Amino acid sequence: MPDPDTLPGSFRASIFIGFRTLLYKEVLRFWKVNFQTVAAPVLSALLFLLIFSHVLDRRVTVYGDVAYTAFLTPGLIMMSLLQNAFANSSSSLIQSKITGNIIFVLLAPLSSRVFFAAYALAAVFRGLFVAVGVWLVSVFFVDLPLAQPAWVATFAILGGALLATFGIIAGIWAEKFDQLAAFQNFLIMPLTMLSGVFYSIHSLPSFWQQVSHANPFFFMIDGFRYGFFGQSDTSPWLSLAVVGACFIVLATLTLILLGRGYKLRG
Amino acid sequence: MTTPAIRIAALTKSYGSLQALAGIDLEIARGEFFGLLGPNGAGKTTLISALAGLVRADGGTLEVMGHDVVADFHNARLKLGVVPQELVFDPFFTVREVLRIQSGYYGICNNDGWVDEILSRLDLLSRADASMRTLSGGMKRRVLVAQALVHRPPVIVLDEPTAGVDVELRQGLWQFVKQLNADGHTIVLTTHYLEEAEALCGRIAMMKAGRIVALDTTANLLSRFSTRSLRLQVQRPEVAEALGGVVSGGWVDFSIDTAPEVETLLARLREAGADVYGISVGEPDLEQVFLEVMRRA
Ligand SMILES: Nc1ncnc2c1ncn2[C@@H]1O[C@H](COP(=O)(O)OP(=O)(O)OP(=O)(O)O)[C@@H](O)[C@H]1O
Ligand SMILES: [Mg+2]
Repeated sequence: MPDPDTLPGSFRASIFIGFRTLLYKEVLRFWKVNFQTVAAPVLSALLFLLIFSHVLDRRVTVYGDVAYTAFLTPGLIMMSLLQNAFANSSSSLIQSKITGNIIFVLLAPLSSRVFFAAYALAAVFRGLFVAVGVWLVSVFFVDLPLAQPAWVATFAILGGALLATFGIIAGIWAEKFDQLAAFQNFLIMPLTMLSGVFYSIHSLPSFWQQVSHANPFFFMIDGFRYGFFGQSDTSPWLSLAVVGACFIVLATLTLILLGRGYKLRG
Repeated sequence: MTTPAIRIAALTKSYGSLQALAGIDLEIARGEFFGLLGPNGAGKTTLISALAGLVRADGGTLEVMGHDVVADFHNARLKLGVVPQELVFDPFFTVREVLRIQSGYYGICNNDGWVDEILSRLDLLSRADASMRTLSGGMKRRVLVAQALVHRPPVIVLDEPTAGVDVELRQGLWQFVKQLNADGHTIVLTTHYLEEAEALCGRIAMMKAGRIVALDTTANLLSRFSTRSLRLQVQRPEVAEALGGVVSGGWVDFSIDTAPEVETLLARLREAGADVYGISVGEPDLEQVFLEVMRRA
């Protein structure tokens, strides 16, 4: 019979311990293989940086006097952050589904909200680890200002949360790794590439500028970049509104799916 | 009156056109050691999964210690420990990490004392810091048992816990489970080893094709569905045969339901001059009962 000493003081406390444990488990899961989950993405971002800056730096400037490499770096940091946040929640879920060990979470008294918050936050952490890694390494190559750190943090966290949430949906929906790879290759990659990571959309013909405005990734990267340079293609407030709205929509959808047990509770 | 440990009413579940559970009603009282038997595909695991909230029932209600498994899932899951049939594990963690994490999911920290006790009862203490992926199949199965117990649930459901576990450990596991039952935990067990069910369970439900086709105490099932057989070696088998015996390989078998029948039979054999020189009694066993129930259902 339960030993009162090991039972939490209150219901609320026990829910919090559940959340904290699931978060810890999700963080530990990627941290135990940090060579693949953190070091590898930092390295690939670094390669992009080296190659593009070598080719283009002296020839191109953006926003008048910003060197191309400096312009590029926040884009690369954000791209790495977003991709890794998505990869973390989606691959963790599909692995657990395929191996069957998701049942240990499903058997436990964890609500949909706790499930969502823990998976999303762990994925944001992974994204932030990678982002900080890319940023630290880039310090050796690039003279990057930091005009408004609060915007940098806001877009890093919100963008990470948006992709983490998207990753949860993809992980719940997908039944095989290929389906997840399709998400990544046909949706995440193109939207990131066409979002202005590598260029300012002001350099595009006006039709393509309009198209870019339909891409939420554009707003995440543009808002993030504003934090570094104090200037960007659109207002950071507009970007915040768009990214925030996308997050609310996806988070609501995720909570509905989890509440119904969609594809998780047969 | 206290609420039962498990209450299931009008439970149905279909997978496409296949009806896995076709209306189950079942109550299991607190403190019972209950057996859930049935051939492959009978619906045992589906029933357990519905109880644990791993699958959504199409209809009906399920309660654990009076808590509805959907509306009050938090309390229902706190009261329930499930050892799943499938040998699943998380390869990223060590045995101790797995158990600490599982405790945390239930809102429990500082559970090391109890975790160590479970590990020692399951003979896993020496592997506590080994990675899950390095364990043998039987060891992984024991970790599943340990995971189901971290939160000291009053109701424990074991879905074929002894599949792939060696003889010695199977004995140890049953000792442990009997101890838990003696301490007041309600135990529900599925197994295809019918002698285990017979020895352990006070009451048994037999399922077939999504229905319960027999539900009674083990003792009643044994006496209701099977007769003891008395096997005799006699001087003149043809006389014994005339008295209703069935000759097979030097023995004559008689079906016997009560002790006085034995006396009468022996007296009649003596009168007919068929002296008895060998005797053996075939006890009814659950396997016989099971086969009979399945045949009739
Ligand atoms: N996810 C699923 N999708 C489709 N059919 C399923 C699913 N799970 C179970 N079934 C079917 O439901 C029926 C009952 O299965 P269940 O696993 O409950 O049987 P069981 O009594 O546990 O059998 P066993 O002794 O083999 O473990 C079977 O016909 C099975 O094929
Ligand atoms: Mg089964």
